Parts: sequence; C-alpha cells; structure tokens
Amino acid sequence: MKTIYILWIRQLKRYVRSKSRMIGSLAQPLLFLVSLGYGFGHVFEQAGQGSYINFLAPGIIAMSIIFSAIFMGMEIIWDRQFGFLKETLVAPVSRMNIMIGRTLGGATVATMQGIIVFLISMIAGFTPYNCALVPFAILVMVLVSVMFTAFGTMVASFLDDMHGFQMIMNFLVMPMFFMSGALFPFEGLPPAIATIAKFDPLSYGVDAFRTLLINQSHFGLGIDVLVLSVITFIFLSLGSYFFSKIQI
Amino acid sequence: MQNIIEVKNLTKKFKDLTAVDNISFDIKKGEIFGFLGPNGAGKSTTIKMLTTLLNPTSGEISLNGHNPVYEANEVRHSFGIVFQDPSLDDELTAYENMEFHGVLYGIPKKLRRQKIEELLNFVELWDRRDSFVKQYSGGMKRRLEIARGLMHSPKILFLDEPTLGLDPQTRNHMWKYLRDHNKSEGITVFFTTHYMEEAERNAQRIAIIDHGKIVATGTSEELKKQTNKNSLEDAFLELTGNTIREEEGSSLDKIRTMRRRWTGGRK
Repeated sequence: MKTIYILWIRQLKRYVRSKSRMIGSLAQPLLFLVSLGYGFGHVFEQAGQGSYINFLAPGIIAMSIIFSAIFMGMEIIWDRQFGFLKETLVAPVSRMNIMIGRTLGGATVATMQGIIVFLISMIAGFTPYNCALVPFAILVMVLVSVMFTAFGTMVASFLDDMHGFQMIMNFLVMPMFFMSGALFPFEGLPPAIATIAKFDPLSYGVDAFRTLLINQSHFGLGIDVLVLSVITFIFLSLGSYFFSKIQI
Repeated sequence: MQNIIEVKNLTKKFKDLTAVDNISFDIKKGEIFGFLGPNGAGKSTTIKMLTTLLNPTSGEISLNGHNPVYEANEVRHSFGIVFQDPSLDDELTAYENMEFHGVLYGIPKKLRRQKIEELLNFVELWDRRDSFVKQYSGGMKRRLEIARGLMHSPKILFLDEPTLGLDPQTRNHMWKYLRDHNKSEGITVFFTTHYMEEAERNAQRIAIIDHGKIVATGTSEELKKQTNKNSLEDAFLELTGNTIREEEGSSLDKIRTMRRRWTGGRK
C-alpha cells in the first residue's frame, strides 16, 4: 500500500514541478477551444445545433485527458532511458504494485488536467446544464484517465526509446481523438466514419461527458460506462502483463 | 568463512548468442570481489542474473542463501546496487530519492529518517539534501547512489563500473566510503571495472571473464604470478588477448531485446 502511495506521489510531484509542461499541455486544448469554438460557432448555430462551445467543451476535456494520460503512461520510456526504472525493478516490490502506483499517479494527473480544462472552458463561455452532475462527470474523467494511462503503459512496454513516440501519436492517439466525435456530432455521419467511431474507445468517453454536462447522448450513459469499464479492465490487464515482461 | 554468493554452472543464452557460458564461482562473506573482463564479456549479464533482473538459461545461483529465480524478494532485500548508468530521479531532491527507496524497501519511518541522515552524512551530501538531483554533478550522483544502495542495510553491494567518468578525487573518496563500510558492517562488495589499478588496489580477489567464460580467479598477485607479468593490466591482456572487442552495436542490442520480449522472456 505504502509503495503504491510513494509511486503515486512521485508522479504528482513531477507534474506539479514542471511548470513548462503543465502550461504546454494546457495551451493546446485552449487553442482548440478558442479557434474551433468561436470559429465554427456561427455555422453550427445556423445549422440549428445550438452553442458550439457547449458542444465542443466536453470533447476538449476528453482530448486533454487522452493526451496527458497516454503521455503519463509512456513516461516509463523516460524512466527506462534515464535508468530510474531499474531502481524500481530491483526493489522488493511486485511489478503489479509498481504498475498500479504508476497508473494511479498518471491517471490522477490526467484527471486534474481534465478538471482544469473544464474550468477554463467555463471561462470561455461553457455552461454545464446541471451542476449536480459535474461530480459524476469527474468520475468518468477518472475512468477515462485510468484507461488511457494503462494504454500508454502497454504501448511503452514495447518501445525502447522515444523514437516510437511520434509514431504512436500520429497513428494511434490522433486518430482516436479525431474519430471520437470530440469535434462533431455522431448524428448524420457517413456510415464508414460512424463505424470507425463506434470502435473508438474515446467515443464513449466523449459521449458520457456530453450526457452528463450538456444532456446530449448518443449511445446512452449505461452503454458508455459499461464499454469504458470493460476496455479499462482489458488495458489494465494487458498493461500489467506487458509491464511484467519488460527487461532492462 | 561462509560463502554469501555461490554460482554453479551458470549459463545465459540469447537465441544464437551465449552471453554467459557455464561459469562457477563463490564469494565469501565480507569479501571485496572484482569482476573484470573486456566489453561484451558477460559481466553485466551475470550481474543482471544475480540481481533478479534476468533469468538464467541454466545453472544455479545462491545469494545470501536464496535463489534469485524463486525467492526474488528475499534476494532483493539482500543486495544493494549501483548501476553502470545513473538511476536517480532527476526531478526529485536527493532526500526524496532516498525516501522513495526507503519506502520501496519497507523501512519503517523512524529508522528511515535516521538512516537517510546517517548515510547522506556518510557520503557528505547532507547539506545538499534538498537540492534537485538534476543540479548534482556526476560524482555527487554516484555518491548519492551509493548512499541509497546501502540504505536498507544489504549484505551485498553490487557496483557495475561505479567509477566510470569520475575524477581521481571522487574515486578515492568513494572507495574510502566503501572500504570503511566493508570494515564496519562486514558488507560484501562485488564490483566490475575497466581500471586495472582500481581492481588491484581494492579487490581482495579477482575473477576475469572473457567470451562468457571465467578464465582466471585469484588475488591480483596470484594472477600476475600465473601469467608471469609485472602488472595486473599485462596479466589481464595476457589472459584475454589483445584484440579489441566489437561491442554489439546498440541496434543489435535493441533487436535482441525486442526478440526476447516477443518470445516471452522474463520480467
């Protein structure tokens, strides 16, 4: 238990201390929110869909979570390059506990990012329809954060250095974000795109956020939470398995 | 005297390559043991097997009476290690790095605080305990790693080329700490180095490994006598030959790692 705690607190300390990283990771969602939110707002409204900022904000929250969670999971590559991973691997602690501590730490950071982006989007003009549901939205943020941190850990177990990182971003993370419906409604999509979106785990996170924050649902909250939980479980299991196979 | 490390017929194969080939040796409790060999001879692979990071293909290891394969946790409590490359968290302070280690090794809070102070004083870093490790010089990092490695009062300390890139002052200081600790606590020291002079000065017994096989063991005097040479360096060259070893390029290393992972190696 204490070992999980120390691994968790380490991730938090590292996050809070690198101000540049914190600011950098907030700049991107802010840019999306302002440029797309205000840029397309007029067109969106004319199409009779209501406020685009309101529609977009849950998607941008999902975006900041997926990016920071995967990044936190993949931090193992750094630890491996800078040698710190070895220190944890020769310690009398099971790999399972190391994995749990790291994942919780990364997920906490990603959730914090999500909450900060939520607050920023409120300044930009976003209003959740029912404040009492915000805590539930935060619970879903935790679930999505755990899911993608575990995913990042899993991917990182295959990579020896940072060269692969860009490829993962371009071929896995970016498609997951753009196909998730974070930026557009699921209704009226061409069938091919709609099918891809259905297989994108982030879609269910975005949908759950929309359900809880602006009362717009596509799959239904029950399905969202079920799919997210199952996939989180799968990623966690695979992540621990591959992490336990890491060799220095 | 009792043997704290016993290695019998230890072999490690990576597909087409035999990194460690049927080696056997014993190390006595409280001994300072030097493990020498050219690049790629199998030193690091042997250390990884002794320290539970790698499973042997065949052969047996007993470390403080425990088997690293089946009793990994007991073995991990028995040794401390200073790796070839630094393994500290740069974003944490020296104190936090020590604290992290102490918690991982399950040292109770009171004893932990006391040990951290004692050991940071021992390596003369107590005044800099709240500096971030990224502000430390190479020598300071090494000293911190030694303090960290000693924190859980291990019976054995492994040092993999601990003095690489350090100036003679730091090297001397470092070995002074280690010899002091060896005398006062009776800790066994197992180290690898490329500096023959360092091995001669500090090791009570030396083993020379080449192409995965141990080619000689003994005190530095015995090795010199055995080869009829005046210096350990000449004896070493006599035993291992003059050719420069092509260390496997990092790309090949990487492929091996990938291969191992895909074929389901071990933790």
